[in-house]
Amino acid sequence: MDQVTLVTDTNSSFVDKAADAAVRATPTTVANRVRGMSDRSIAWAFITPTIALLLAINIFPLLWAIYLSFTNFRANRPNAAIDNVGLRNYERVLNDADIWQAMQTTAHFVFWTIVLQTVIGFTLAYLIDRKFRGHAFWTTVILIPMMLSPAVVGNFWRFLYQPQIGLFNYIVSFFTGIPPSSFEMLGSVSLAPWAIILVDTWMWTPYVMLICLAGLRSIPDYIYEAAEVDRASGWRQFWSITIPMALPFIMLAVLFRGIENFKMFDMVMLLTGGGPGSTTEVASITLKREAFESWLTGRSSAFAILLFVAVFGLANIYVKALNKVKQR
Amino acid sequence: MQKMTKTLLGLTSALTLSVALPNIAKADELTLCWAAWDPANALVELSKDFTAQTGTQMKFEFVPWPNFADRILNELNSGGKLCDLLIGDSQWIGGSAENGYYVKLNDFFDKEGIKMSDFAEAAVNAYSTWPKGTPNYWALPAMGDANAWFYRKDWFNNPEIQAEFKEKTGRDLTVPQTWDELLETAKFFNGKEIDGKKVYGAAIFTERASEGITMGATQALYPYGFKYENTTGKYDMEGAVNSEGAVKGLEAYKELYKCCTPPGYTDAYMGETLDAFKSGQAAMAMNWFAFFPGLAKDENVGGDKIGFFVNPKQATAASTLGGQGISVVANTDNMDGALAYIKWFAQPDVQKKWWQLGGYAVHNAVLNDPSFKDSQPFAADFLVAMNQVQDFWQEPSYAILLQAMQKRLHDYVVADQGTAKEALDGLAQDWKEVFEDEGKL
Amino acid sequence: MSSANTAHSVVEPSATTKRVAGAIVIIYALVTMIPLGWIFLTSFKSPPDSISYPPKIVFTPTLEGYCNLFTTRTRQTPEYIESLGPPTSTCDEITRSRNMVIAGPSNYWPRFQNSMIIAFGSTFLAVFLGTLAAYGFSRFRVPLADDLLFFILSTRMMPPIAVAIPIYLMFRGLGLSDTALGMILLYTAVNVSLAVWLLKGFMDEIPREYEEAAMIDGYTRLQAFRKVVLPQATTGIAATAIFCLIFAWNEYAFAVLLTSGTAQTAPPFIPTIIGEGGMDWPAVAAGTTIFLVPILVFTILLRKQLLRGITFGAVRK
Repeated sequence: MDQVTLVTDTNSSFVDKAADAAVRATPTTVANRVRGMSDRSIAWAFITPTIALLLAINIFPLLWAIYLSFTNFRANRPNAAIDNVGLRNYERVLNDADIWQAMQTTAHFVFWTIVLQTVIGFTLAYLIDRKFRGHAFWTTVILIPMMLSPAVVGNFWRFLYQPQIGLFNYIVSFFTGIPPSSFEMLGSVSLAPWAIILVDTWMWTPYVMLICLAGLRSIPDYIYEAAEVDRASGWRQFWSITIPMALPFIMLAVLFRGIENFKMFDMVMLLTGGGPGSTTEVASITLKREAFESWLTGRSSAFAILLFVAVFGLANIYVKALNKVKQR
Repeated sequence: MQKMTKTLLGLTSALTLSVALPNIAKADELTLCWAAWDPANALVELSKDFTAQTGTQMKFEFVPWPNFADRILNELNSGGKLCDLLIGDSQWIGGSAENGYYVKLNDFFDKEGIKMSDFAEAAVNAYSTWPKGTPNYWALPAMGDANAWFYRKDWFNNPEIQAEFKEKTGRDLTVPQTWDELLETAKFFNGKEIDGKKVYGAAIFTERASEGITMGATQALYPYGFKYENTTGKYDMEGAVNSEGAVKGLEAYKELYKCCTPPGYTDAYMGETLDAFKSGQAAMAMNWFAFFPGLAKDENVGGDKIGFFVNPKQATAASTLGGQGISVVANTDNMDGALAYIKWFAQPDVQKKWWQLGGYAVHNAVLNDPSFKDSQPFAADFLVAMNQVQDFWQEPSYAILLQAMQKRLHDYVVADQGTAKEALDGLAQDWKEVFEDEGKL
Repeated sequence: MSSANTAHSVVEPSATTKRVAGAIVIIYALVTMIPLGWIFLTSFKSPPDSISYPPKIVFTPTLEGYCNLFTTRTRQTPEYIESLGPPTSTCDEITRSRNMVIAGPSNYWPRFQNSMIIAFGSTFLAVFLGTLAAYGFSRFRVPLADDLLFFILSTRMMPPIAVAIPIYLMFRGLGLSDTALGMILLYTAVNVSLAVWLLKGFMDEIPREYEEAAMIDGYTRLQAFRKVVLPQATTGIAATAIFCLIFAWNEYAFAVLLTSGTAQTAPPFIPTIIGEGGMDWPAVAAGTTIFLVPILVFTILLRKQLLRGITFGAVRK
C-alpha cells in the first residue's frame, strides 16, 4: 500500500527529526560483542573515513574561510603580505549597497518561486491524486525537468528567450497577439526577474508536486469517510482535512526549495549573468564576482560566512515552526 | 536492481582506476590556450606546419570571450598546468608579470635573435611590455586587433536609399566619418524595410558579465575625449574619467543603443553583433578586426555586400584596442617546446601565412609589404586603427577596475538608471577606492 | 454507511473528475516538454535555420550540429580548400560545403569523458563510504550521533560558491586544481552526506534480527554485514548511487571554478560551445541532447525512489 511516512519527531533541527528513533531504542545485544572485531571498533572503523573526509573537505576549509574573513588576503596576490583587518571586512560587506541589493533580489526570487511552485505543485499533486488512467506515466514525464543540469537548462532557456529567434516570444505572441520582438524576457529590467522565476518554476514545480503528492497519499481514507458521514461539503473537506494534513509536507517542500534557491547560482548565471544592469544579480553571483573575478578573498569570505549563517539560522527557525505545525 | 548495482560498481571501479593512473605529460605535446574565435581556428590550421616540422603535437584550449578572462586567470592563479602557451589579453600583462605567471622573454629573444623592432611599435607596447614603455618583454605580439565597424555596402550603394538619405539629411550617404554622422546614419536605417525585412541601425556591444559594454562604449568615450588619467601614471582621474567630453560620449553611446539596436541586444558581445549582421538585421555593426576575414567570406553578407570602416572621429580619433601577445606560462612542463613554438611563430614566413589564414600578424614584414593594403578590403583600415588605439587599464587590479566600469555602464545604458554624469562620477569614485586600497593613491 | 450508497465512493473520484484532472495534468506535462523537444529539434537544424526568424518548425534535418559539436573548423578560401584533397568523412563534406575545413577535434568528447570519470568515481566513493557510515549509525550507539548526523547534513546548506573559496586555496596548495582526483574528492564529500542519510534510512528498515540470527549461526559482525545486510540493502544502494551520480553529473558551480580544462566536465563546457563568430546553437543543442540522455534513462529507472532521494529520506513512500 501507499504507506507514506514523514519521518519526524520533535527535536529542534529538521535533521534530527529525520533521524529514526529506533536506533536509540534498541540496545546492542550481548552476542554482538563476543566474536570478531568489537562493535565499538567496527562502528568507528565504519564511520571514521566519512567523518575524516568531511573534516578535510568541509570543516577545515570552513575554518580557513573564517580565518580569511578577518584578513585582507587576495588569492591572486601570492606575494603580498596578509594583514589582519579585524572586523573591517564584515563592516564593508554589511555597508555595501550592492550586496543589500543582491540580497533583495535573492529574496524576491526565493519568495516568488516558492509561491508559484507551491500553488502549481500542490494543484498538480491534487489532480494526479484523482488517480486517472495513466497517472503514473504522466507523473514520470512531469518529473523530467528537475533531473536536468541547471546550468544546461539555463543555457538553453537563454536560447528560447531570444526575442527574434527564440520560441518563447512566438508562443506568447501566438496566444496574446503581442508582436514577438516587442518584449525582451532577459533584457528588460521589469521582465528579467520574472524570466528567471519562470525557468525555476518550470524546473522545480515537479519537486514540490512530488512531496505534496506524498502528503496527500498519507491522509487515510477513513477520515474522508467520516467527514462524509457528517455531510461535510467537498469544499469543507478540502480546507479542514486535506490542507491541514498535507501542510507538514508542503512546509517541508518549501524548506528544501527555500534553501536551494537561496544558494541559486548556476541557472541564473547562465540565463542572465545577473543582468540587465544588476537586476537579477542574486547573492551567489555577487559572491562569485567578489571572490573569483575581483579576487577579494578576505572580503568575499566574510560575505560567504554571513550567507551561511543566514541560511542556517533561517532554516532552523523555520524547522521550529514546522515542528509546531506537526504537533497540532 | 542487483545486476545494475554490480554493473555500476564494475564500471566505477574501472573508471576510478583509470583516474588513479598518473597523467603522464608527454614531452612532445604542447597546449595552447586562447579565446574561442575565428582567428583561433585559423591558428589551429597554421600550427599543423609546426607539428609537421617538429613532431610536437599541438593541443588547444579555446575559451569563449565572455568566460575567457575569468577562466584563464583562474587557471593561472590556481597554479594549474593546463596551458604551456597562452595568448592572453593585453590587460592581463601587469598582473601576470608581477605575479610571475609569464616567463620573461628578453634573454630568449636576445639568444634567438628575435628583435622587437621587427614588430609594429604600438603592438609591442600594448601586448608585450610591463611596466609600460620599458623594454621588459613578457610576450611576443601575436595578434593585432582593434574595435571597428562594418556595414551593408549593398544598402549604402542602393540609389533609392541614397536618394532618400540625401533628402532627409541633406548630405550624401557615405561611411560615417564622425560619431554624429554615425548616429544620424543609424537612425536613418533603423526601422526601415529592406528586402521585405525590418532592419535596425547598428548592432553594438552591451554585454554585462565580462568586458563587452566597456569595449563598446569606449569606442564612443575615447573620441569624445574620455581619458583614464589627467597625467599618465598619477591616477588623477577626477576630471578625466568624468570630463564633459566623456559624459557626451557616454550619452552618444546610450543614444545609439536606445534608438538603433535590434531588439534583444541587451547583453550582446562579439557573437551577437555578428549574428545580427549575418541574419540581415543590422545596417552597421561593431566588432573586432579579428572577425573581418570571416565576414568578408560569408556566404550571405560577405563579398560585395560588406564594407568596413575605422571607428569614427569626434573630438579626436581613437579606437579601442584588442589583440594579444603570446606568452610562455611559467608553470609549464615543456619550456623548450613552448619556446620553440614562439621561435617558429616569430619567423616572417610563418607570420605571412598567419595573415593569409585569417590572423592579424603585426610583423613589419607583413605590414610593410607594399601589397598589404590591398590584400584584404579591411587591411588599410587596420593600419589606421592600430595607429590610434587606446587600451583599458593594464594594472594588476584591472579585473576590479573593469567590473566597476561594466556595472556603471550597464546600469546607465541598458538598465536606464541615473545620468551619464552620475555613472562616470561613480566610476571615478569606484576606481579611486581601488587605487587607495592598492596604496597607489 | 450512508456514503457507501452514493454514486461514487468518497475516496474514488467520479469519472468526470478523473477525466478533467487527467486532461489538465497531461496538458501541463506536454507544455513542460516543449523546451526539451525544441532543443532536440534544434540539434538537427543547420546553423542558419536555427537563428532564422520567425523560428522554423519545418526544416531539412542535417547532422551539421553534431559534426560541429565534435570538431573545430576554420573558414578558408575555396582555392585553399581545393588544395587539400578529397573529403574524408560526412562531416568533412558538410564542413567544406560551408567553405570551411576541419582544423581538429573539439573538446566536447574529452569533457564528456571527464564527466563520466568524475561522476562515476565520486559516486563509487560516496556510496562506499556512505554504506559503511550508515551501517555504523544505524546499528551502533555512536556518541553524539545526532550531532554528527546534523553536521553531515548541514554541509549541504552552504552555497557552493562560499565553499569553493577555501577549497580553491586548498586545491592550489595541494596541486589538486583542475584534476579529476580533486573533483572526485570534492563531489564525494558533498555526496556522502546524502548517501549516509539515505542509506541509514534503508538500513534501519532491515530488521536487525536477520543479522542477529546470522551471528548466532557463527557469523562475525563483519560477515553478517557483508552476507546479510548488504544483499538486503542492494536496492537502497543502487538508488543512492543514482542520486549521487545525478548530482555529480549535473554540477556546475564547483566545476566552473575549480577546473579549467584538463578535468573540466561537460556542464561548464556546453554553454561555451561557439561556432564561427556567434553561438552555434545546433551544436549546443546537440551537446545538450547527448548530455541529457543518461539522465532521462536514470529518471525512468529511479521514479520509485525519487521522493526519498530528493528529500534526504525525510519523506518515504
